[in-house]
Amino acid sequence: MNVKTISTTLALVIGLASAASVHAHRAWMLPSATVLSGENAWVTVDGAVSNSLFYFEHHPLNLDKLEIRSPSGARVEAQNKASGKYRSMFDAELTEDGTYTFEIHNQGISGSYELDGKRHRWMGSADEVAGIPAAAESLRLSEIDRRMQVFVTKGAPTVDSFSPTGEGLELLPDTHPNDLFSGETTVFRFNLDGKPAEGLAVLLIRDGIRYRDQVEEIRLTTDAEGRVEVVWPEPGIYWLEAETEAPAKQLKNASRRLSYSATLEVLPL
Amino acid sequence: MNRIRSPLYAMLLAAPTLALADSLSVEVEIPELQVAEYHRPYVAVWLEDSKGQHQLDLAVWYDHDMRNNEGNKWLKDLRLWWRRSGRSLDMPVDAFSGATRAPGMHAVSFEAEDQRLDRLSAGDYTLAVEAAREVGGREVVRVPIRWPASETTGYSASGSTELGAVAVTIKP
Repeated sequence: MNVKTISTTLALVIGLASAASVHAHRAWMLPSATVLSGENAWVTVDGAVSNSLFYFEHHPLNLDKLEIRSPSGARVEAQNKASGKYRSMFDAELTEDGTYTFEIHNQGISGSYELDGKRHRWMGSADEVAGIPAAAESLRLSEIDRRMQVFVTKGAPTVDSFSPTGEGLELLPDTHPNDLFSGETTVFRFNLDGKPAEGLAVLLIRDGIRYRDQVEEIRLTTDAEGRVEVVWPEPGIYWLEAETEAPAKQLKNASRRLSYSATLEVLPL
Repeated sequence: MNRIRSPLYAMLLAAPTLALADSLSVEVEIPELQVAEYHRPYVAVWLEDSKGQHQLDLAVWYDHDMRNNEGNKWLKDLRLWWRRSGRSLDMPVDAFSGATRAPGMHAVSFEAEDQRLDRLSAGDYTLAVEAAREVGGREVVRVPIRWPASETTGYSASGSTELGAVAVTIKP
């Protein structure tokens, strides 16, 4: 145990530099609609991990941690979950009026090590770190906290399903994410562990990348209150991602990699 | 936008009148379209103040009498009206809900005694008409108006795709 702790520490110092470049793939959910009317409304949601947005070309999204919160805060069961080669999907029935939040929140420890000359990827909880073989070399671990959300509103938008948990990166709806219109100014606020996330890098990418030459990323940085402002240049589905690093909470001399992502729909006026 | 002065104006002004409020009438033309699959559009007519704030719904024509209110599913396609008003309503609202209309001219009238008009204070407004058609397009036509009028006053505007002429007449 002692030996491993030392080697973890050493490896972590070496491993930090490369940590940021590990994930080129983007994970996302894509709802069939974000604004709905009527009495028995349904949405169907696709999930995937891919390079380009929003195309199914790499992996289906793992839905094990999917959680759906109704406007009143009730848990809603996802229906018809399925997973294919490149895409997973599920349906949800919206019985209440207001805003539903679909969330996948992954927390844990991830990294890699070498054993008998082979490289192994590892994911688990803090308790499970002790289970990594003692002979592992080049052990690199970091804490991860990844939150992915999608918002869907039937009737008028509500904010009750946004109550912050104080853990990781969270979006606060200064502008409601189901009330976004081309040409209008939207203000989003981000918290990191319950406090304003200052200097957070926020990325926005519009759908339909296949049909244009440039990705046309919008890059923003939060102010001291954790706010960013964006004027939507065009209607469309946008993928939002914010990423940051912070000192680890459980591991020694390790980093904690946090991300927040959401799929947003911007309508034309 | 055209302003039409009624020739009756002089007569009306000369005659003693007890009317304190104005009447409002709106005519909306739904154009005939040569398309393979035609469905009557959903149409909303409402008044906004000069800042674009929603004031009063005048008419919403949609599939209002389907079983289990199934026609409500498409109300969000009137996406401007939906944002300004519809999403906060429990449709149908008897005061202004009605069936979809066939191509042609359709009138909505509010008599001077109509209490719904009482909430309009004097000032500039925009009358908005939005149409959204299943497997078709969407269009909004706006007509700036002044309320009330000291003489019979007409305003008009025209759509180009989903709506034809829109005419507003205010009579003292």
